[in-house]
Amino acid sequence: MLELLQYDFFTNALLAALLSSVSCGIIGTYIVSRRMVFIGGGITHASFGGIGIAYYLGMNPIVGAAVFAVLSALGINYFSQNGNIRQDSSIAIWWSLGMAIGIVFIAITPGYSPNLMSFLFGSILTVTFADLAYMAVLSAILVILFSFFFRVIVMIAFDEEFARARNLPVSFFNYTLMALMALVIVASIRISGVILVLSLLTLPQATANLFTKDFRSIMIASVFIGLIGMLAGLYISYYTDLPSGATIILLLTALFLVGKLFLTAKGFLYRRSGNSF
Amino acid sequence: MSNLLTIRDLTVSYDTKVVLERANLVVEENDFIGIIGPNGGGKTTLLKAILGLVQPQSGEILFSESMKNKRGDIGYLPQVNKFDSKFPITVFDVIHSGLAMQGKWKMGFFKKDKQRVEAIIDELGIGRFAHRPIGELSGGQMQRTFLGRALISDPRILILDEPDTYVDNQFEGELYRKLRELNQRMAILLVSHDVGTISTYVKCIACVNRELHYHRSNIISPEQLASYNCPIQIITHGSVPHTVLATHNHSH
Ligand SMILES: Nc1ncnc2c1ncn2[C@@H]1O[C@H](COP(=O)(O)OP(=O)(O)OP(=O)(O)O)[C@@H](O)[C@H]1O
Ligand SMILES: [Mg+2]
Repeated sequence: MLELLQYDFFTNALLAALLSSVSCGIIGTYIVSRRMVFIGGGITHASFGGIGIAYYLGMNPIVGAAVFAVLSALGINYFSQNGNIRQDSSIAIWWSLGMAIGIVFIAITPGYSPNLMSFLFGSILTVTFADLAYMAVLSAILVILFSFFFRVIVMIAFDEEFARARNLPVSFFNYTLMALMALVIVASIRISGVILVLSLLTLPQATANLFTKDFRSIMIASVFIGLIGMLAGLYISYYTDLPSGATIILLLTALFLVGKLFLTAKGFLYRRSGNSF
Repeated sequence: MSNLLTIRDLTVSYDTKVVLERANLVVEENDFIGIIGPNGGGKTTLLKAILGLVQPQSGEILFSESMKNKRGDIGYLPQVNKFDSKFPITVFDVIHSGLAMQGKWKMGFFKKDKQRVEAIIDELGIGRFAHRPIGELSGGQMQRTFLGRALISDPRILILDEPDTYVDNQFEGELYRKLRELNQRMAILLVSHDVGTISTYVKCIACVNRELHYHRSNIISPEQLASYNCPIQIITHGSVPHTVLATHNHSH
């Protein structure tokens, strides 16, 4: 197993797993707690529009995805606060608009797009040094932000109105975290693709949430759960030639089910032994 | 007695709908004002304007010198439990969040803070569930928790929006006795539909139905309510001394 480490692509993949488990663990907990998963879906699919345009222009697809993701994130936030459009409708519009733009631009791009599949389904074994640098900066920003402003972030997430009444910088944090969420999604697209990325941001949290109801603990546990899933998925997909993104998601789902079964079994034994409280 | 807050000619509207019109109110130290009025009369809007949550169309809200932290010196218990009960936060952390205010939000967890949270938990007698996630609380436990959040910053004005919804009679009695005790050290603004019960505890009444009529007494008659353009039913729960309500010819 260890001999794999002499391959650059494999060490890159390991680093990507580490960095993305940190960023997905942190921002995913924020997303799940605020019930913003659907917004995440909108941003993910909207970013496909950027990928399509970047292909057409011959640019780096990640740059296009990042621009579209951030614009749609801020757009969703802005319209639901200032427009007369309901948030879920606004999300659906960005969602399909992005996909439509992406599909059209890819169709008019001459030639075959070999990497396209890796954006739809992800491929952790092909991350580049540039991807890693991007993920590292993002993870560092998130770790710093959540270390210094943890309480105020949770407070705003829990009760935005109370935070406003106390004159806290609510809009600043809302927009900043929205933008970071978009950037994390784009980074994760490299790993699990547009189609599967939401699970990286929700499955570890759901598993952690089985065992703890505390924001900080969910966040930390999610990082480790995500890391286990990604590392195991990486090895399995390397040796079996299965697609890495899907393998990782299946493993994370399996971890969730194991956790759920464990709790159910524990509860069952507890009742059997006659301990009512 | 000194003023804490002066509301002058406050007009608030949503889009084109005027909800409050030229409202005037002065909150003094040790005031205990009961705010009554029909549904949609603008009570919550008045409180939100005081808290800076809605922008008035005209008029002003002035804080006196003694309100050094301005809105940081206001404790707020919002109407009903509009919170996401699945949100991963404990009672302790909800109460602790009440300490955050402008200029004081880059908070680490200082020892002093922790002691203040524990003091409030003791004062409200909620130690038993202090470390539970809020999703596991009953309605009354939830209200106590949010009262704790409102009180921890030692506010000069405490604002409560219908704290008696979803609580049983026993907690309601406890709550009002607690408020009377708190009133020794802070002014209280209380919205309630239960005029009978609040009349027992408040010192003055403000009727809010687009206009605001201030009534310098806790005794109010249906005739006065009518003259204030404040069509509410006087309901009473439990054993309210019948003298608090001057119900002239009020027979069914
Ligand atoms: N965000 C809003 N946008 C538009 N209209 C609003 C908004 N909030 C309140 N209103 C309207 O303003 C009016 C006053 O509302 P408010 O919540 O202040 O009433 P209230 O006296 O607190 O009523 P209740 O006793 O039902 O709590 C209502 O007609 C309501 O429909
Ligand atoms: Mg109201």
